[in-house]
Amino acid sequence: MAKVTIKLPDVGEGIAEAELTEWAVKVGDEIQEDDVLGTVMTDKAAVEVPSSVSGKVVWLAGEPGDTLAIGSKFVEIETSDEEAAAAEERMAEKESEEPAESPEKPAESEEPKLDKAEKHAPAAASSKPETSSVPAKPRTTPLASGDRPLASPAVRQRARDAGIDLRLVAGSGPAGRISHADLDAWIAQPQTAGFGSGRPNVQRSDEDVKVIGMRKRIAEKMSISASRIPHITIVEEIDVTDLEALREKLNAQHAKERGKLTILPFLVRAICKAVAEQPGLNATFDDEAGVIHQSGAVHVGIATQTPNGLTVPVVRNAETMSLWDTAGEIVRLAEAARSGKAKREELSGSTISITSLGPLGAIATTPIINHPEVAIVGVNKMAMRPVWDGQDFVPRKIMNLSSSFDHRVIDGWDAAVFVRKLKDLIETPALLFIDA
Amino acid sequence: MENLTCKLLVIGGGPGGYVCAIRAAQLGIETIIVEERAYGGTCLTVGCIPSKALIHAADEFARLTSYAEGKSALGISAKNPSMDFPKTLAWKDGIVDRLTGGVKGLLKKAGAKAIEGTATFIDGKTVRVESNDASYEIAAENVVIATGSEPVELPFLPFGDTVIDSTGALALPKIPERLAIVGGGYIGLEIGTAYAKLGSDVTIVEAEKRILPQYDVALTKPVLKSLADFGVTVMTETKAKGLASKGLEVEKSDGSAEVVAAERILVTVGRRPRSKGAGIPDLDLTMDRNFIAIDSQCRTSMRGIYAIGDVTGEPMLAHRAMAQGEMVAEIVAGGKREWDKVAIPAVCFTEPEIVTCGLSPEEAKARDIDVITGQFPFTANGRAMTMESEAGFVRVVAREKDHVILGIQAVGRGVAELSAAFALALEMGARLEDIAGTIHAHPTQSEGFLEAALSALGHALHI
Repeated sequence: MAKVTIKLPDVGEGIAEAELTEWAVKVGDEIQEDDVLGTVMTDKAAVEVPSSVSGKVVWLAGEPGDTLAIGSKFVEIETSDEEAAAAEERMAEKESEEPAESPEKPAESEEPKLDKAEKHAPAAASSKPETSSVPAKPRTTPLASGDRPLASPAVRQRARDAGIDLRLVAGSGPAGRISHADLDAWIAQPQTAGFGSGRPNVQRSDEDVKVIGMRKRIAEKMSISASRIPHITIVEEIDVTDLEALREKLNAQHAKERGKLTILPFLVRAICKAVAEQPGLNATFDDEAGVIHQSGAVHVGIATQTPNGLTVPVVRNAETMSLWDTAGEIVRLAEAARSGKAKREELSGSTISITSLGPLGAIATTPIINHPEVAIVGVNKMAMRPVWDGQDFVPRKIMNLSSSFDHRVIDGWDAAVFVRKLKDLIETPALLFIDA
Repeated sequence: MENLTCKLLVIGGGPGGYVCAIRAAQLGIETIIVEERAYGGTCLTVGCIPSKALIHAADEFARLTSYAEGKSALGISAKNPSMDFPKTLAWKDGIVDRLTGGVKGLLKKAGAKAIEGTATFIDGKTVRVESNDASYEIAAENVVIATGSEPVELPFLPFGDTVIDSTGALALPKIPERLAIVGGGYIGLEIGTAYAKLGSDVTIVEAEKRILPQYDVALTKPVLKSLADFGVTVMTETKAKGLASKGLEVEKSDGSAEVVAAERILVTVGRRPRSKGAGIPDLDLTMDRNFIAIDSQCRTSMRGIYAIGDVTGEPMLAHRAMAQGEMVAEIVAGGKREWDKVAIPAVCFTEPEIVTCGLSPEEAKARDIDVITGQFPFTANGRAMTMESEAGFVRVVAREKDHVILGIQAVGRGVAELSAAFALALEMGARLEDIAGTIHAHPTQSEGFLEAALSALGHALHI
């Protein structure tokens, strides 16, 4: 028998380390060549690391949450001598032939498996790996009153000590018998609310959730943004009645063949127009080097909620796009980000960002700038409001924009001018389409 | 007057009380227990234990008698068996003494303070105890009422020399020639059968249509047969009316009066909770008829006062009280405990024994549960044949939809020991398949349990 060491491949663009988010195998597992060993996370994306050999896993590099150096020992696999020799050959080939492509390869060629990883990721983040295979489903049909949950006295006592109502726990045993493993799984999973029984939620035990993977990235980025950038936030009221009328008209005419327009492509267009006059806002600020890089192109980041947390896919060269192209691109990117299929370059390189909570948009927000950008535009909820037009109160569709700016490089005056420009463009939508 | 304080005071040293005190002391709770007669309570001193001793002695004697009568198919003969009844009673008392002494030893070992005396509530937190040589006033954070129960006395048959209760029946100076028993419940039948085996002419008077009315007919049939074999007269639908000059006056269902000749009359018409003494009524606790009402944690309506055992209601069984006592001790110690037992097994030590655990087919039906049942007779069990114990059967009741076992009943000699398997099956939530899939040792009567489960599944092997 021979031992083959799988090293952590270069999974990012010249990054030095990656965070281990999940093991797909455990010590003792028999695996086949190309089976996924585990998932690591770079700044941008989760990447699965496949095995180059078949054999038995004998060593793993760490626990989910650990940061591993690129090229360090990742997994050790015990395998037959021939297999080991073949693997060595293959690795040598790969290194000589396609060193640059190798990091892309797992992500692209194994797309279906990535899906799987996405599905497993939340479980790995919140439950112990050894219990994640046991379904911790709540009971789907409530027990008839008087029916006792089927469980041994020891399980019943453990449940009582943990404050768990066994009537809510689905048993995996015959006739729905609840085992210790079922209880483990129930305890490990994040608790949801009760089943409309009118009783308060079952008492919860304390739980420590390890901040790993995507959440860790978000936490780091937010810390940098909030601690380094002195924000100035301006909230302005925008009358979108005319824009909404235009949007409705366009949708009525073209929605079928061109897709539906939301307010976002209009806003992207307004931003493109506004930053054409104020290039200092479409920029990244390298505060360490002391350089503001004003971008020629407008790459608009669209903050998007995904199952794993906040990501910011980027509409590149928005200034060159038609309204419908922009709309289509936003939809496509949001889909890709949510399903975890967004490519690395689609998740980086923005020069200004938009954040929108849609119908949850509230009256005002204090958006946090997507470092190292210098401006972010937040869209708030639209509502019909009475507006005094000089003679009467008239119903107008009003929406606020909450925009934040890096006050180190953008003065309040410039920020206000930018917001004012957005307001003018949106309130008189014809201006969006006229090159003055 | 000595003033004492403690975290837990237990009133009554029966099976519920002493278990509660031992467990509490084990958990490091400062515990005092008060008993006015003897530790072990009804169970150890005048109930379960002495009656089983008498039953065993009677069994042994009856066996020899049958051998002497030349009835043995085994080819064993005996001549003139005799019994030194006072010696039998001394042997029985020896067992009782050992056990009550053992309880005191266990309490001491666990670290509970045991006082012999009579307790009376002053208020919900304070109890006065009068013993022979001292008196105490005990202030307790928690009090457990475990005062038990006592035989019901019929107003027209007051207990005395002739009319006795079960306690008296276990300490008679000699075996009565004629014994009338009022009440065909399990206590009357156990003692009645024992005396019949010892040679008494026993008559059982029962007001209801049949004896052991809590059991179904199939379960009591072997018992009735053995009663007949031992010459016991069973008079059902017959009411005891009073003491006659040489026996018991009864009224039959047709209204006719008769006198049952009897030297002694044993009244076993039930037991009532001892909830009137010890100043309990002054606490004004919520009652359930004569019983102290409790919730699923044995809490009474007064904070810090718990009640366990017979004083809290049916079934009045020592093992129920013990489980309650243990639970209350752990609750007082801060544990999360609640009464969640699936079943309380009950054993009737008649000839043959009856065991019930969980629901009977009728009880399941009354609850609108669709059940399947399986039954296996001991006539088809090898071990039963070798012990001349072919009467009886094991019956399993399971929910039809998922085969979860809801109840198990058995009647047969020695089936009392099967109660553990039955209770375990119910507590563990076993299905018929679990029992069918468990190897039961051969040759034992426990195979009857396996076969009953198989029978319910439609594929019994040995019938």
